[in-house]
Amino acid sequence: MLNRASTYLYQRPKLILALLLGPPMLYMLVVYIGSLFTLLINSFFYLEEFTGLIVRQFTLRTYLQLFSPTNLGIFGRTAGMAMAVTIADAIIAFPLAYYIARYASPRLKTFLYIAVTLPLWSSYIVRVYAWKLILAKEGIISWFLHLFGLQPVLDGILSIPAIGGSSLSLSPIGMFITFCYIWLPYMIVPIQTALERVPKSLLEASSDLGANAAQTFRNVILPLAFPGVVAGSIFTFSLTLGDFIVPQSLGNSRFFIGQAVYSYQGTAGNIPLAAAMTMGPVVIMVAYLLIARKLGAFDAL
Amino acid sequence: MGWSAVKLLTILCQNFMDVEYHSRMSIPAIRFENVSRHFGNVKAVDEANLEIRDGEFFSMLGPSGSGKTTCLRMIAGFDRPTLGNIYLYGQDVSNLPPYERDVNTVFQDYALFPHMTVEDNIAYGLMIKRISKTERHKQVDDMLDLVQLPGFGYRKPSQLSGGQRQRVALARALINHPKVLLLDEPLGALDLKLRQQMQVELKAIQKSVGITFIFVTHDQEEALAMSDRIAVFNEGRIQQVGTPSDIYERPASPFVAGFVGTSNLISGEIAKRITGSEEMFSIRPEKIHLDSTNSEPEKDMLCIDGVIRDVVYLGLFTRYLVEIEGGNDLVVVVQNLKTTSMDVLSAKGQKVRLHWHKDHISRVGG
Repeated sequence: MLNRASTYLYQRPKLILALLLGPPMLYMLVVYIGSLFTLLINSFFYLEEFTGLIVRQFTLRTYLQLFSPTNLGIFGRTAGMAMAVTIADAIIAFPLAYYIARYASPRLKTFLYIAVTLPLWSSYIVRVYAWKLILAKEGIISWFLHLFGLQPVLDGILSIPAIGGSSLSLSPIGMFITFCYIWLPYMIVPIQTALERVPKSLLEASSDLGANAAQTFRNVILPLAFPGVVAGSIFTFSLTLGDFIVPQSLGNSRFFIGQAVYSYQGTAGNIPLAAAMTMGPVVIMVAYLLIARKLGAFDAL
Repeated sequence: MGWSAVKLLTILCQNFMDVEYHSRMSIPAIRFENVSRHFGNVKAVDEANLEIRDGEFFSMLGPSGSGKTTCLRMIAGFDRPTLGNIYLYGQDVSNLPPYERDVNTVFQDYALFPHMTVEDNIAYGLMIKRISKTERHKQVDDMLDLVQLPGFGYRKPSQLSGGQRQRVALARALINHPKVLLLDEPLGALDLKLRQQMQVELKAIQKSVGITFIFVTHDQEEALAMSDRIAVFNEGRIQQVGTPSDIYERPASPFVAGFVGTSNLISGEIAKRITGSEEMFSIRPEKIHLDSTNSEPEKDMLCIDGVIRDVVYLGLFTRYLVEIEGGNDLVVVVQNLKTTSMDVLSAKGQKVRLHWHKDHISRVGG
C-alpha cells in the first residue's frame, strides 16, 4: 500500500512539489502577506478626530501626518540610531567573525559559536533590563569609572546634547550600547558564514600576486565578505528600526518608531496612523537594500 | 683624463654586467638545501636537495602525499621549511613572504577572484604594483592574446569553462613576468582531450616566454610528455631527478620503476638465473619479445621461459601475463602489427620464451 503510494508520487513530480510547497505557501500568503496587506489598507484610512472613529475611505491624509515635524524627528532619530548600531556592530563583529572563520580550531570554533549565540537563548527583555542595571547611575559602569576617578569623563559624555542624558540608562548612548549588544550575534553569524565561503587559495593567490595582508584584505576579503555584512546589517538595521522595548526602558521622552506605533495603536487608538508609521521602516529598508545593491553588495552572491 | 675615466668605468661596468649575466645563467633558478617540512610527526618533505635550472620545464612527479605540493608551496612562500634553505637565483628566500618573492603560481583550483572580471583578475598583480590603468589594459590584452582568449576581459570567472579559467589563471601569473612559474596540478580538473591540448599549449607558452616552469603532477605520462627534467617524489623524499628518458629507461629505485610506466621487477634466484646476479632489476613490458620455446637467443639477449597465463587484447597492443618458471608473473606488451584478437586470445596457455636485450634492464638495487 505504502509502496504503491510512493510509486504513484514518484511518477508525478509536480504533485510532490504541490504537496510540499502548498502548506507553507498558503501560510505565507494568508498569514504573512495577508496581514501586511491589511496593514497597508489600514494606512489609507483615517481617524476622525472629533468622533474618534476610523473612517474606512481611501485617503492619503494619514500619510501626510507622517511629515509633521514630530514624526519626521522620530523617523530621523530611529534611522540614525539604526545606522549607528549597524556600523558599530559591523566593526565589532568583523574581527571576531574573521577569527572564528579563519583561525579558530574546530573545537574553539564550536565553543565560540555557542558563546556568540548563547545570549539568544535567554529572554530578550531580561537582557534589556540587565543592561538597564549595568548602565544605571548606581550600576557597575559608573562604579568602575568612579574607582579610577573617571566620573568626569562620563559626565562630560552625558552632557552632549543629542546623545546624552541624566544617566547612561536614560540616554541615547545607553540605548546605543544595549542595541549593539543585543543585535551583535545577528551580525557575527552572517559575516562568519560569508568568510568561511572564501577559499584559502584566493588569499594565497592574492599574496602570490604581490599583495600584502592589508591589500589582500581590501581587495579580496572585504569584497567577498561584504554580502555577509549586508545580510547582517539587514538584521541589525531592521530590528533596531522596529524595536520599542529598548527605547521604552532606556530612552528619554523622545520617541522612536516602535514606541510611536505602539502608542498610536494603543492609547491613541489611531490604527491608520500606526499602520502608516509602520510603512516607514518598510520604505527605509527597501531604499537601504536598493542602495546596497547599487554598491554591489550582492554581486558576489 | 675625465673622458677616459668615464670610458674605463663604462667598460668595467659592461664587463661586470657580463659577468653578472653569465653567472646568473649558471645559478640554478631554485636550489633546495637540505629542506625538510614537518607537520607534527609527519615528515612531508624529508631532507630534499634539488637544483632546478634557469629556463627549464621541471616536473615534480609523485603520488598524493609524496611531498611534491609541499615543495611547491615552500617555493611560493605559502609554507616555510622546518629545516634547510631555499634559494631563488642565489637569494635565500626561505623566510620571505609570498608577496616578496619573484615567483607566481597557477593554482589547482585556479583561485580566480569571483568578484572581479577576467581583466581585473589578470591585472591584479599590476594593480598592486600601481601600474596605470591604460598600461594595465594594454598588457592584459597582450596576455589574453597569448592564452588565446581575446575579448574575454569583461567576463566573470563564473561565465568561463574549466579550460578557459585555466588560461586566465595562467595569464594572471605570467603578466607579472615572474622568475619562476609554479603550476600545481593545473590540468587535473580538465577532461582528457583538453588536457592533452593544454599540455602542448603550456609547453609552447613556456618556450615563448622563456620562464622557468615548475610543474607538479601525479600523472607520469604528463610529466614525461612535457618536462625537460623530472623529480620523482615518494614519502617526502626525492627518489630520482633526471630527463624523461633517464627516468623511464634508467629508473633508480623499485618505486620509480613502478610509478613511472609499468615495470617488471625481478630479483633473487630468478634474477640470478637470468643475469647471473641476485640484484633486483627492472625490465619494461614493451622491451620483452615473445618467441617460441625452440628459438635460439641472439647475442647480448637475456632469456627465460614461461607460460602465458592471461591475454588482454587492447586494440593497439596486447598485454600478456606470463608466468615464468619459479613463480613470478611478467607483463609483456606486444603491438598488434599483424595479429588480430583471434590470434592473440588463442595464445593463452602456450609455452613461450621471453627475451630482451641486456642493455634494456635497469638495476634498481634493493
